[in-house]
Amino acid sequence: MLFTIFATITVAGAVAAMSLRNLVHSVLALTLAFAGLAVVYLQLGAQFIGLAQILVYVGAVAILIVFAILLTRDAEATPKFIVDRSWKSSGAVAIASFGVLAWAIHHSAASRHAVPPQPEATMQQIGNGLMMRFALPLEIIGLLLTAALIGAVTIAIHEKQETR
Amino acid sequence: MVETADQLFVILQHWLVGHAPASLRSILSVLLPVIAILVVFGLLFAITTILERKGLGRIQNRYGPNRTGPFGVLQPIADAIKSLTKEDVVPQAADKIVHFLAPVVLVLAAFSIYAVMPVGRNMVLANLDAGVLYFFAVSSVMELTIFMAGWSSRNKYSLLGAMRAIAQMISYEVPLILASITVIMAAGSMSTVTIVEKQAGFTGILPHWFVFTPWGFAGFILFMIAATAESNRSPFDLPEGESEIIAGYYIEYSGFKFALFFLGEYLGMFAISGLGITLFLGGWSAPLSFLTWLPSYLWFFAKLLAMIVVFIWIRGTLPRMRTDQLMNFAWKFMLPMTLLNLVTAGVWRFLPGGLLRWLVCSFLVVVPYVLLGRGLMQGWKLEKRVYRFAE
Repeated sequence: MLFTIFATITVAGAVAAMSLRNLVHSVLALTLAFAGLAVVYLQLGAQFIGLAQILVYVGAVAILIVFAILLTRDAEATPKFIVDRSWKSSGAVAIASFGVLAWAIHHSAASRHAVPPQPEATMQQIGNGLMMRFALPLEIIGLLLTAALIGAVTIAIHEKQETR
Repeated sequence: MVETADQLFVILQHWLVGHAPASLRSILSVLLPVIAILVVFGLLFAITTILERKGLGRIQNRYGPNRTGPFGVLQPIADAIKSLTKEDVVPQAADKIVHFLAPVVLVLAAFSIYAVMPVGRNMVLANLDAGVLYFFAVSSVMELTIFMAGWSSRNKYSLLGAMRAIAQMISYEVPLILASITVIMAAGSMSTVTIVEKQAGFTGILPHWFVFTPWGFAGFILFMIAATAESNRSPFDLPEGESEIIAGYYIEYSGFKFALFFLGEYLGMFAISGLGITLFLGGWSAPLSFLTWLPSYLWFFAKLLAMIVVFIWIRGTLPRMRTDQLMNFAWKFMLPMTLLNLVTAGVWRFLPGGLLRWLVCSFLVVVPYVLLGRGLMQGWKLEKRVYRFAE
């Protein structure tokens, strides 16, 4: 029952994000979809990923998109709803790939297994896993993100010097 | 007797739920704490408005409100009636739906933060395993509502204010979270209740609060600076700088929606003060060992009021910062200091207790602070300010 409500909200948000003409409205609808997804995670008992979803997607990614829209182009411009050949063919590809995936999942061996008992994943276990077993991948991701951050700052500084 | 006074509201809740019909019990046991949160923090908002106006007035050598009731204490009621009866003006060009949604979502998010706030022994709505993460997740929603308000008003001042607010809140969220992580490391848990329990106990008469360790002290100061910036209060009140952009993102709001913004902002301030109390100041525990007979919730609210007074004091004392100073401070001072503090907390954890641990960790806090401060002050010319007209 609750799942139906939140799934509907998520899908409605995603559809609105695709179909609304105003870009900022699209971002807000997308945020609604992110939040709905987070609630679904929380309902499944995945507290950490649900809250991280809100923190990262609603708190950071949505803001990032907003900044990108407001800094790059006129947010008020409302492009016409275009239905041309590329739109139709890409729609067909999307439906086809969705159909193939749904068919594959439905007929795969994994879906016929009995649902395993829900594993207990407490915050302590996730923390221990990240800090002990998966410490190296975590460090590598951290290094990668830091490099990306420094790269972005370098590009921004370079641009500033040119305009002077 | 002491035990009963301490658990008064918990007992009251159980009694009320026990006397309700069986079908209503599960709803009522959730609804009662929610109503309590709404009433208590709503009232605290009213008290804080009069406290702030009076306090700022005193700091600025004037009386503050003194016409409504004795010493003006009924001023919040007058303010509430005024904002309820005022006309709700919505700009013609405004985006009506987003303009309406922004204050509503802001207040919703601000109130839902209190779900993980332990205001007393056994007095928390939801003891989440990831309580601190929940806090930061919900408070990040408030940033988006500020953007919604600023953008939907179709006013350049409000958009400027919103952009300033978002830039500032994102920048200071990094040191805020990094300063809190030290406590999570020390307590080994993200649950707010567990963090408070880890700070229980006394050495002599002094409590085991995290603020009484070198990393905890530095972390608390850094946390409070970031919290001031996060709640958009002076000296970090650029988003609503009255003299520059009139009132920032809520310039086009009037009547009750303006009051909602005001409420949301203060609720955010209380929430972040409450988190600071939970993380560093021992939550609801008593500050001295012979004062434990006082109920736990009294201690929490006493600490909260003390924090509010400090916020008012800072607002009345410090001038507003410039945007470049704000950003430099966040990225060049706060971020390195919080990162080093993280290392200090780790060293503290693995060194054996005693004087050596205190010396090493104090060294790790003080030396970077002095060096960083000296480094950032290079090139500054500090001299006595000459006033042309005010002397």
